[in-house]
Amino acid sequence: MLDTIKEFASEFFVTGDPMILGAQVSIALALVAIVFVLTFFKKWKWLWTEWLTTVDHKKIGIMYIICSILMLFRGGVDALLMRIQLAAPQVEFLHADHYNAIFTTHGVIMILFMAMPLMFGLFNIVVPLQIGARDVAFPFLNSLSFWLFFAGAMLFNVSFVIGGSPDAGWLAYPPLSELSGSPGLGQDFYIWGIQISGIGSLASGINFVVTILKMRAPGMKLMQMPMFSWSVLSSSITIMFAFPILTVTLFLLFLDRYLGAHFFTVDGGGNPMMYLNLIWMWGHPEVYIVILPAFGIFSEVVATFSKKKIFGYKSMVFALMSISFFSFFTWAHHFFTMGSGANVNAFFAVTTMIIAIPTGVKVFNWLFTMYRGKLSFPTPMLWAVAFIPCFVVGGMTGVMLSVAPADFQFHNSYFLIAHFHQVLIGGVVFGYFAGLYYWWPKMFGFKLHEGLGKWAFWFWNIGFYVCFMPQYALGLMGMTRRFNEYNFDMGWQPLNVVSTVGAFLMGIAFLFQVWQIAHSIRFLKMDKSGDNWGQGRTLEWSIPSPAPHYNFARTPQVVGQDDWWETKQRQERGEADPAHVAAAKTAPLEPIHMPKNSGIPIIMSGFWFLAGFGFVWDWKWMIVLGLGGVIVTMLARSFNYNDDYYVTVEEIERTEAAAAKGAN
Amino acid sequence: MRPAFRKLSILLSVALLLILSGCSEQYLVLDPKGPIAAAQKDLILITTLICAVIAIPVFAITAVIVWRYRERPNSKASYKPNWEHSTKLETIWWGIPIIAIAILAVITVNYTYKLEPAVAIQSEKEPIEIQVTSLDWKWLFTYPDQGVATVNYFKAPVDTPIRFKLTSDMAMNSFWIPNLGGQLYTMSGMAMTLHLLADEEGQYYGSGANFTGEHFAQMTFTADITSQEEFDAWVSEVKTTERALTETDVEKLKEQGTAEVAQFSSFPDNVFYDIMMQYVEEGEQGAHAGHMPAEANDEASEHHNH
Repeated sequence: MLDTIKEFASEFFVTGDPMILGAQVSIALALVAIVFVLTFFKKWKWLWTEWLTTVDHKKIGIMYIICSILMLFRGGVDALLMRIQLAAPQVEFLHADHYNAIFTTHGVIMILFMAMPLMFGLFNIVVPLQIGARDVAFPFLNSLSFWLFFAGAMLFNVSFVIGGSPDAGWLAYPPLSELSGSPGLGQDFYIWGIQISGIGSLASGINFVVTILKMRAPGMKLMQMPMFSWSVLSSSITIMFAFPILTVTLFLLFLDRYLGAHFFTVDGGGNPMMYLNLIWMWGHPEVYIVILPAFGIFSEVVATFSKKKIFGYKSMVFALMSISFFSFFTWAHHFFTMGSGANVNAFFAVTTMIIAIPTGVKVFNWLFTMYRGKLSFPTPMLWAVAFIPCFVVGGMTGVMLSVAPADFQFHNSYFLIAHFHQVLIGGVVFGYFAGLYYWWPKMFGFKLHEGLGKWAFWFWNIGFYVCFMPQYALGLMGMTRRFNEYNFDMGWQPLNVVSTVGAFLMGIAFLFQVWQIAHSIRFLKMDKSGDNWGQGRTLEWSIPSPAPHYNFARTPQVVGQDDWWETKQRQERGEADPAHVAAAKTAPLEPIHMPKNSGIPIIMSGFWFLAGFGFVWDWKWMIVLGLGGVIVTMLARSFNYNDDYYVTVEEIERTEAAAAKGAN
Repeated sequence: MRPAFRKLSILLSVALLLILSGCSEQYLVLDPKGPIAAAQKDLILITTLICAVIAIPVFAITAVIVWRYRERPNSKASYKPNWEHSTKLETIWWGIPIIAIAILAVITVNYTYKLEPAVAIQSEKEPIEIQVTSLDWKWLFTYPDQGVATVNYFKAPVDTPIRFKLTSDMAMNSFWIPNLGGQLYTMSGMAMTLHLLADEEGQYYGSGANFTGEHFAQMTFTADITSQEEFDAWVSEVKTTERALTETDVEKLKEQGTAEVAQFSSFPDNVFYDIMMQYVEEGEQGAHAGHMPAEANDEASEHHNH
């Protein structure tokens, strides 16, 4: 009996690496600590009713953001480990296998489990408030999306200590990712982790398209919508078209691995090139999915802190939508070197370059929003201003990479690595940080400490350039991505050392941010007034911070673009609101129809996790249990008619009065 | 403020020049030793220049605007909170990138056809064919005309076009010699064609550029470019002094693991095509075979039927 258990455990847990053992122990200790704290402070019920079962878009957004920050930590540690390994030639700080696993998980986690949830977090918190809605169109589905993401992320992350990490690269090219190339379980964790969270992402995309199209406050025409909501619309439409491709592709790979099919194998008539095409048909739009909302955030932040209307609104909208359209016609630029011939390469080179046009226009429009403005530089604006030169350089190197014959020399080199980190950090991460700092007071009712924020900002920025500029040079020196070691005589070491120093500067920057959050909570200065920056332009700043759970006590009547800014302008000039707006503001309160919390999303996602885990280990009983549970919870949801309630007028009055008191 | 910007831009362009002039031999991509790599370097410089022409003014404009319109007491800068549109201005900045991209697109398309890897290089000399097989985790080079084989090393004569035929034993790799020119994938079931030419003697670094598993980083090789005489002498020396590559050796090469540099006086007939076609079933016309260039296709079936 004992031997069977021992045998099972040695197969079940990843063994043999002291660093992983350390991680296993610390994970176990952390879990024990969490359970202890929750039990000791009797917080289980609070956690369940207030958070785990919530359908409130603001709370779901906060949960997304917490997860993404944890994932940023995990992905960041991966990055630092890689940089340590590469700082000196021919060392074995990490064994080759371990290194391969780490760059794979770094990529997957940063894109799918850090950038995506941070993006959905901001969507959730901001969009309904910005368009004057009480929640998203499908609050239950929204909660389910979050929990599916969470289940997928956990399934993916658990592979690190149980079963073994995937190690075939973040997009898992076959035949390496097939059973023949990766017989271990890591690749199965990869498939199911991404698959389950991918369903959630698709549902979120649909949810936000419907929310934006159907739930805008009366009077808000599409062409008066805040720019962030426009970017969410373009990004969500892209999700709707791109994510089904991912689901199908991973499903085919799963059939290959699980049932011995031959979609992407080298034998039996399979074709790995098909996988490359399919995965990039999703993968390329995916990077635009994460960058478009960042564009929206910059538009909001730049307009707010320039105290000026966004310049060229129509151009901006057109640029967003055309980027999202063209993003579907560039995928083959990821494999110009696959020998598709000059016709194919020329076509995809030109379509890729075309994307630079609307992107360039957006940069000019941001610049001319600042032109003739009154610029102030709190942390969100710092990130926005730092973004412009960084993204311009990243975009330019992107154009260089799009030149197909030149790409033959850049492909898979550190030049490429430097490029996509520049657009993903300089664009996406800087953008989301700007958004996080900007809307933080809206989420929690207090601002983050500015001084520490500036330290973090400078460490991030300097660290970024120190880390990635040398990598462009390393690429031109012939250094290939995913090398776990290199020879002395290549002369790559000095620049690699510089790059590692830069990575650690960014690590320090992250610590500053953690300190910043802790410090801001410790010396809490609540400001519930609502318009926390004093110069908000859009509807979310017209209600208290944090917003009451029903958002708007009375449905706002919108007159035009930048509605809240215009309202304040009218007040300053002593003008009266238009009659219907004034009438809506003083109308008697009515009970508000709201969705009820539900435990089904978290339970259903738990079953999805079980099913995924069962598929990974091929434990039939667990698969049946998991999928059966999914069906039962779906039925339970279908026959549950008691899913809504009304907020009473008394409660609204009470909440509004308390918020007004907090503001004074 | 102005002189500071000027200094900065001079500094930037000097730095750019230093990097791009390939002042150090370590910048393999910028130190071409053949016409393909030279053309690719030209293209890199042209695109850098076009990009810089747009990027540098954007940096300057950003700096000026951020400085001039910062909020401060007694600011003389104008403030127009509702100035949000100007057809003239927006036409200009839709126009500039459109023109720049149009120029770049024409250049790119032109070069894409010119540098298509499957197209033979114009030369008075007959090209030499070298078959390249990527295995886990080593490179096998076979010379169909000379009859010799090498591992993680190959020799070729200077000023002679080299026609590489690329395939893979299993996972997809990429064959890259930065000094000679850009890379091409190696894939099982296919013979890809890459034409390169070296116009200077020397030993050049080559590597696998697409990840293939555990010891992928060990897949580096040396491209040794010598005079025709030296090459011929080397071939006859290898033929007389080295042992033959046997079927057993090939099986050993297919096993996962790294390998030292090695040379062999001969190799089993059709070893390249046998490895290439090992997973393709008899008579099958899958996507693999269909993707092959017609010439390679004929050759493959011809050799396969021996």
